[in-house]
Amino acid sequence: MKIVGEPLPRVDAKPKVTGRALFVDDIKFANMLYIRVVRCPHPHAKIISIDLEEAKRLNGVEAILTAKDIPGKNAVPLVYQDQPFIAESEVMFSGEPVAIIAATLPYIARRAEKLLKIKYENLPTVIDPREAMKPEAPRIYKDDNIIVHYKTRKGISNNPFNNSESVIIEGRYTTPHQEHAYIEPQGVLSYLGPNGNIKVMGSMQCPFYVQSAVAQILGLSLNEVEVEQAVTGGGFGGKEDVPSILAGLSALITYKTGRPAKLILDREEDIKAMSKRHPAFIHYRTSSDKTGKLLGVEVEYILNAGAYSSLSTIVAWRGAIHALGPYNCEYVKVDVYAAATNTVPNGAFRGFGTPQIIFAHERQMDRLAVKLNIDPIEIRKINALREGHKTATDQALSDSVSFLKTIEKAEEISEWHLKKNKPQKNETQKRGLGVSSFIYGVGLGAGGAIYAKAASFVQITKDGGVIVAVGTTEMGQGMKTVLSQIAAQELGVNLDKVHFLEANTSRVPDSGPTVASRATLMSGNSIIDACIKLKQNLLPVAVEVLELPPENIEFFDEKVGNNKKNISFMELIDKAYKKRVNLTSQGWFCAPECTYDMETGLGSPYFTYAFGTIVSEVDVDINTGQVDVLRLYCVHDVGKAINPQTAEGQIQGGALQGMGYGVFEEIIFPEGIIKNADFSTYIIPTAMDAPEIIPVLVEEAYKGGPYGAKGLGEPSLMGVAASISNAVSNAIKRDVFSLPVKGEYVWNLLNTTIKEKVRN
Amino acid sequence: MRWDKIDISFYVNQRAYNLKVYSSTTLLTILREELGLTGTKKGCGSGECGACTVILNGKTVNACLVLASQIDCAYIETIEGVSKDGKLSRLQDSMISEGAVQCGFCTPGIIMSAKNLLDNNSSPTEEEIRTAISGNLCRCTGYSKIVSAVKKCSEVRKNAGCICS
Repeated sequence: MKIVGEPLPRVDAKPKVTGRALFVDDIKFANMLYIRVVRCPHPHAKIISIDLEEAKRLNGVEAILTAKDIPGKNAVPLVYQDQPFIAESEVMFSGEPVAIIAATLPYIARRAEKLLKIKYENLPTVIDPREAMKPEAPRIYKDDNIIVHYKTRKGISNNPFNNSESVIIEGRYTTPHQEHAYIEPQGVLSYLGPNGNIKVMGSMQCPFYVQSAVAQILGLSLNEVEVEQAVTGGGFGGKEDVPSILAGLSALITYKTGRPAKLILDREEDIKAMSKRHPAFIHYRTSSDKTGKLLGVEVEYILNAGAYSSLSTIVAWRGAIHALGPYNCEYVKVDVYAAATNTVPNGAFRGFGTPQIIFAHERQMDRLAVKLNIDPIEIRKINALREGHKTATDQALSDSVSFLKTIEKAEEISEWHLKKNKPQKNETQKRGLGVSSFIYGVGLGAGGAIYAKAASFVQITKDGGVIVAVGTTEMGQGMKTVLSQIAAQELGVNLDKVHFLEANTSRVPDSGPTVASRATLMSGNSIIDACIKLKQNLLPVAVEVLELPPENIEFFDEKVGNNKKNISFMELIDKAYKKRVNLTSQGWFCAPECTYDMETGLGSPYFTYAFGTIVSEVDVDINTGQVDVLRLYCVHDVGKAINPQTAEGQIQGGALQGMGYGVFEEIIFPEGIIKNADFSTYIIPTAMDAPEIIPVLVEEAYKGGPYGAKGLGEPSLMGVAASISNAVSNAIKRDVFSLPVKGEYVWNLLNTTIKEKVRN
Repeated sequence: MRWDKIDISFYVNQRAYNLKVYSSTTLLTILREELGLTGTKKGCGSGECGACTVILNGKTVNACLVLASQIDCAYIETIEGVSKDGKLSRLQDSMISEGAVQCGFCTPGIIMSAKNLLDNNSSPTEEEIRTAISGNLCRCTGYSKIVSAVKKCSEVRKNAGCICS
C-alpha cells in the first residue's frame, strides 16, 4: 500500500474550492467589537499627548486603549523583548501602534480614529543601516544601533587574498525589502472562554508564540490562554511573529470589555506596518586559483533590521552560516551585522537571510566564471560540496549530500549547453541563460535549539477513523496533507480515514514555530513516534485474535496481520475498543544536537541540509531594459517527496515569489515612510507574468527524516532571483549588482559606460 | 460614505434577496455581512487582488468595487453557487485533482474567473486562461497548476460532451 510518495489530492482542498473554509474574517461572534489600530505616521517621534475624549464619546465606541492600559508587560516576547505592543512615549517606526479603538462596527472605529487628537514631536531619523552604524548617527537602538553581529573565521591562518597568484573578484550588492503579500491580510479574533480565560484564533504560523504574547500583555499564565489557528491564507514568514502583536492588542480589548473582538488589517496598513524581508548591503570578495577552485571568501553582510530586533538576531545568524554557499572552501571570513533603522522591524521571510546572500555569492561565482572563461555550471561542479567535505562552518557532511546531482540534473533538463550558444531572438531582445545554486540548513539549528522539538497527538476512534493533531500549522504549503499521508501509511489505513485537526495550543505541547522548513521533518517524525506507540498498544489484541507472533503482524491496506492471515483494521479496533485498550497516543520528537561557537562561527549548526540548482532563461529588451523570464528549471534535493504533487506546487509557487523578488518587487520608503503600499504599486507576478516553471525533485533519502524527507518550504524560493540576475548579466554582458532587475536598473546598466558605472 | 438607504432586489446564486442598505455599501460587504456568504474574500478592498471576484450579469467583477446602487435587479453568481447540492463542479474537481489549491484564499475568486471563461469559451488556449485569471493574484501556486486545472476541466467537459463546468 503506497500512500507516502504518492501525489494524492490535498486533504483540505474541498472546503477551499467551495468557499466553506473558514478564514478568521469569515468568523463572527455575537456582541463582537471591531478593532482599529491607531498608528503613528512618523518614522521617529515623541508622543506629546493623546486626547481621546471626543473619540470616546462617539456612539458605538466601546474602548480606546493606550500603553498605560496594559495590565501585564508591554513587551512582545520574541528573542529580545525590546518591542512594545503599544508605543509608550517614543515611536520608532512609521506604522507603530499608539492606541487601539474598539467599536461595534468597523466604520465607527475609523471615524473615531479621525476624532483623536495626537500631538507628536519629530525626532532625527536614520534610514540606511550603513549610516546607522556610523558613530555620528542618531542613537535609536542601545549604544551603537547594532542589534547583533555574527562572524565566521575558518582557516584564517592562511589568507589567500594575500597571495598574488590568486584571482580576486570583488563586488558590492544590494537587495530591497520584499513584502510577503499573502493574499489573506493579517487578522485575529479574541473572545472569553467559559471560565473567563482568553481564547484567540487567527491567521498565524506560530500559535505558541501568540499564546506567550497574550499571556504576557495581560499578565496571565499560559494555561489561561488558548490559541487556535484559523485556516490561514498564506504566511511565508510574515505571520511568524507579528500575529503575536495583533493578538495581544485584540486580547487586551477582550480582557477590558469582556466582549469578542476582531482585528483585520486593511491591505495598506498591512504593507505599511508589518514585517518584511531584510534589505541588505553586501560587500563580497572571492579568491580562487586559476582553475576556478575557490580559495577564500571575505564577506561583510549588513542587514537593515528596522526599528526593533524582531527576528534579526536569527536572520543574521543564518546569514553568517550560509554566506559561502554550497561550496568547498578553506578560508571563510564572514561578518554579518543587523543594524537598527527607523523603518518597519524586519522579520522572517522564506529563506530567512539567505536569498540576499545567495544573490551575492552566485553573482560572484558567475563573475569569476566569466573572468576565467569557465562555464558557470562547470565552476559550480568544481567547487560543489560533496560527502566528506566540510562546510563554511567546518561541519563534515555525511548524509544526503545531493548537491552535485541537482547541478547535473539542472544542466541536463535545461539543455544548458545547447541553449548557451543560441543566437539572440531579434535586434532588440537579448537572450540570457543563468544558473544559481544554494545550500540551506533545515530546521531551527543551533540558533533555535530550545524550540527544536515537535509533539503530535494521534487517536483512533471506535469506528476506525484516525484523528491527528500537531503543533505546526498549515498555511497553504500542504502540511496537513503530507502529515496525514504519513499517519495513514504508518497505520495502514486509507488517506480519507485520517482527519487532521487545527493547530491548538491546548491539544499538543509547544512544538516550536512553523518556520525554517521544519514541519514535515519534525511533525512527521513526531507522528511516526505516536503511531509506533499506538501499534504497540494494539499489538497484544492482534496477537491474541490472529494467533500470530508480533513480528509477523503488519498494518497495511486497512488490514492487520500478514497476507495469509489477517483481520480488517476496523475489526481490530472494535475488539481493542471493547477491551478498553488506549487508542490514543502522544508523539514526541527532538531534533539532533547542533553546535555553534560564538567566537569562531564554527560547528555543526544544522543537522541536515537541502540543496538546489536553478537555471533561468530570460529575454532582455535592450531599448527598455524590461526583463522577461521565459523559463525556470528548479531542481531541489528534498530527501523524499512525501507528496510529489504538493512538492511541485511548492517549487512553482516559491519560484514565482523568488522571481518577484528578482524582477518586480521592492518597497519604496524614502525617509522611512512606505510609498507603495498597494498592489498597483508593489507589483507581484500575475498569471501573465509567470514563466514556465519546471520543478524537478532529487530524492536521496535523509536517514533522519520521515521516510527520508528533509525540507522544501523555503528552498523553493531560494536561488531564483540570483539565477535570473545571472541570466540578465549573461544577456546584456553587464554585471547586475542590485535587485530587483527592474527596467530602469537594467536600462541604466546598458546605457552607462564602464567609466561611469556606479557601484554601490 | 453616503448615508441614504436604498431598497434593492437582486439574485445571488438563483435566490432572490430584498435588502435595505446604504447606497455606498459594496457588493462584497453585502455578500459577506448581510447575506452571510463568506466564500467571497476581501484581499485588498481596492480591486487589485481579485479575491472578491464574482459574476455580475455574466461578467466578472471585483465585488469590492461594486456599489449597492449598482446591483438592483442584478443576477449575481458567487462561489457558493458553483457546486450543486454538495456535488462539486468539474472545475472544482479539476482544481483539486491538479493540485491547484494551496492556501485557498484566492481560490474562490480564481474559480469564478475561470468559470466565466469556460462558460463563454469551451476550449481556451493557455494564453486565454492566463489572461482570464490575470486579475486574480495568487502568491502560493505560481499559477502553473491552476492553468492545468482549467485546461483539464475543458478537456473533461469536451469528452463528456457537456457545456456545464
